[in-house]
Amino acid sequence: MDDFIAARSQMALSLGFHIIFSCIGMVMPFFMAVSHYKWLKTNDEVYKNLTKAWSKGVAIFFATGAVSGTMLSFELGLLWPKFMEHAGPIFGMPFSLEGTAFFIEAIALGFFLYGWNKLNKWFHWFTGMVVGVSGLASGILVVAANAWMNSPAGFDFVNGKYLNIDPIQAMFNKAWFSQALHMCLAAFTATGFAVAGVHALMILRNQNKEFHLKAFKIAAIFACIGALLQPLSGDISAKDVAKRQPAKLAAMEALYKTEKPAPLLIGGIVNEKNKTVKGAIKIPGALSFLAHGDFNAEVKGLDQIPENEHPPVAITHYAFQIMVGIGTLLLLISLIYFFNLIKKKSLLEKPWLLKLFVFAIPLGYVALEAGWVVTEVGRQPWIIYGIMRTKDAVTPMPGIAYSFYIFSAIYVSLSIVVTFLLYRQIKMVPVLYSKPKSNS
Amino acid sequence: MEYVVITFLCLGILLYFLLGGADFGAGIIELFTSAKNRSKTRKTMYQAIGPVWEANHMWLIIAIVILFVGFPRIYTTMSVYLHIPLLIMLIGIIARGTAFVFRHYDAVKDDMQWLYNRIFRYSSFVTALFLGIIAGSLISGHIDTQANDFLSAYVWGWLNWFSVAVGFFTVSLCGFLAAIYLIGETNEEHDKRRFIKKAEFMNIAAVVFGAMVFIAAQRDKIPLIDWVFKNTIGLSAIILATLSLVLLWYLLIKGKTKILRVLAGFQVTMILLAISYAHFPNFIRLKNGNTISLFETVGPEKTIYSLGLALLLGSVLILPFLGYLFYKFQKKEE
Ligand code: HDD
Ligand code: HEM
Ligand code: HEM
Repeated sequence: MDDFIAARSQMALSLGFHIIFSCIGMVMPFFMAVSHYKWLKTNDEVYKNLTKAWSKGVAIFFATGAVSGTMLSFELGLLWPKFMEHAGPIFGMPFSLEGTAFFIEAIALGFFLYGWNKLNKWFHWFTGMVVGVSGLASGILVVAANAWMNSPAGFDFVNGKYLNIDPIQAMFNKAWFSQALHMCLAAFTATGFAVAGVHALMILRNQNKEFHLKAFKIAAIFACIGALLQPLSGDISAKDVAKRQPAKLAAMEALYKTEKPAPLLIGGIVNEKNKTVKGAIKIPGALSFLAHGDFNAEVKGLDQIPENEHPPVAITHYAFQIMVGIGTLLLLISLIYFFNLIKKKSLLEKPWLLKLFVFAIPLGYVALEAGWVVTEVGRQPWIIYGIMRTKDAVTPMPGIAYSFYIFSAIYVSLSIVVTFLLYRQIKMVPVLYSKPKSNS
Repeated sequence: MEYVVITFLCLGILLYFLLGGADFGAGIIELFTSAKNRSKTRKTMYQAIGPVWEANHMWLIIAIVILFVGFPRIYTTMSVYLHIPLLIMLIGIIARGTAFVFRHYDAVKDDMQWLYNRIFRYSSFVTALFLGIIAGSLISGHIDTQANDFLSAYVWGWLNWFSVAVGFFTVSLCGFLAAIYLIGETNEEHDKRRFIKKAEFMNIAAVVFGAMVFIAAQRDKIPLIDWVFKNTIGLSAIILATLSLVLLWYLLIKGKTKILRVLAGFQVTMILLAISYAHFPNFIRLKNGNTISLFETVGPEKTIYSLGLALLLGSVLILPFLGYLFYKFQKKEE
């Protein structure tokens, strides 16, 4: 394997791994806070047990998120030293604030996990909220750093030198808001559907129904609100991308030729050599509308961009299709669920709806990973858009392929162990929580 | 602001050595504990470090972030030429962190525990070893940025007598810190005595490996003796460390456990000071005789300013909270 490809794959793998755990760490504290709140208000033991059961799962995820994140902060330098040498001082601001946010999060988590029966109960609840808020804050901050790579700001690039550095301006670059908003919603949607789906499965299996129904409801409401808002925020992102990274937008839509009005493609097989797309459904003018809010606007195609600045079109296009397809599907599921909620229909009469949720367990995460592929692969060949090429940033050390193999093995085994542990947690629910215990 | 940032950097590194080190040490102690006492050691250890390990671990991240934001050349030089030991240390961190949490949170306690324990112990050892190797390599003057072949550029920079000796010295210091820390965590006379034994053992190991560090330095032509003994700060730090060691053993016999921790921490701080003071602010010594100093590589003014501000703001928010965490979980349940 080529070292450059190995480095890119290793980066993608580590980030793709970390993001799953960090999303859980960002979102689950809010689910727990709701259930914890209900316990404090209603004294219903089921909610207490639910909070505890969730918090055990979260501890496992949190640790995995923390170690894989530590890995990442080294990996940026291990793999992309030239990038970090210049970018570090510019986009470092969010990372240094993020350090604070992580720290607060880790401390609050210590209080929360070990504070049962030791702290004032509202203070204990509050520490749980602090975990969530600081987790969310750190997510937003890292995404702001990533947004800077898409939309560099806060410095002047003169003759290859980075001058007049302003880290605050770099942090509030043009892309940070649309990306951070979309990312936070994605975290809620993906985690919410995964959690709701697991509990739906347990309801279908007739185990501890009361427990799992309560859990399902909390997760599903968060998930469905996220899924309703996601396309709106995706639209903001798309308009943003059209403005700042026309090459990425063209790759997302496999738009080889500039068109006015431009059609939206659904599906289709991309042939990168001949620069054609076969078998796609075309919706005339829709892309013009999505990108510029006007059915007749011109959309820049790849023909207007120098060949050596083209991102890989096929991957970007497929990933975008997957994300939008799943987004639409999740939107439909949410509408059905809210319809049921309003009509006050009991879920137990509708096993098919529960089955739909079970089916959706992995979908949110698939969309999330696909979305990141759109963003990151669509930025290629740039590591800092328009400023530095990825291949100029890679480490001079040979043999990266081996470190890629090692990390693949580590991440695969960690995923297996975490899944296995989670399976055991869920299996133990009947034993640990079926009868409300008075002491624990 | 430069000074604020550098202070935080040194503080971050120091605290990672002390707190994270004690944390690695716990695994190392477990490695050297006979099978029949292990489960008890484990329990004491879990009570002691469970609530705080995540926070301890943050000091490393703080230090790294300060390095790549404020001193990018140091960060990139390290990541290029110390790629391999950093990688091994990271694998160690991943393995021990996850194994530690998994073994506690696994809902079913069965044979998997055996695996988690193994991983936790060995990776604690490896992490501490490589942490020391990396620290040693920075000052060893073996890092060769002009090398043309793979081995000289990426291997001999850290695989040399001095760095490896520092690695083992670090392992024994971590074990020592952990043993001292654990003495105060248990109420049972028998366990106490066991941890005291461990502390003795680790202390002897530290003295032996400390001597090896000097021998290796001599062999590798590193003027360690000059740094430590021909400089008042270095010399007084070493004298203080030795005195505190005597005091420490005296108090240990007297059974005063709380103050021991402070002394052990103080002792390690003094050792670090003695080794690093002489060439501060030089952070990396290169093979060609050049050095990379903190002041020369410091990032642009505005960056340092906002970094310093973020750190100050962060500590105002964090320190009371962190103090309360330690305080709350210090009080043993009666
Ligand atoms: C649950 C996950 C999820 C779902 C259902 C969607 N997205 Fe998304 N999308 C993401 C998760 C995501 C993401 C992983 O979070 C990304 C990657 C970078 C980012 O900021 O968000 C992303 C990026 C991303 C981008 C690129 C932004 C950039 O490069 O700055 C666009 C244009 C869209 N999305 C558009 C959409 C549209 C029109 C959707 C309609 C349904 C949609 N997304 C659903
Ligand atoms: C967590 C979600 C993320 C995922 C799944 C992700 C995915 C990827 C992928 C697939 C690549 C490889 C692109 C290619 O080589 O074709 C990549 C590259 C990279 N990403 Fe991301 N990314 C994420 C977030 C981030 C963030 C937050 C940062 C930094 C702040 C970042 C920094 C980088 C860097 C430095 C590279 C290597 C250079 C490059 O290939 O452009 N990524 N990422
Ligand atoms: C979009 C991408 C990312 C998001 C949303 C994200 C979010 C998070 C969150 C919420 C956590 C807390 C751990 C948890 O709750 O499980 C975390 C941990 C961490 N992340 Fe990320 N992260 C991203 C990418 C990165 C990158 C690119 C880096 C490094 C440069 C990084 C470094 C870290 C570190 C060091 C930790 C550990 C902190 C701790 O010990 O608690 N993250 N991340």
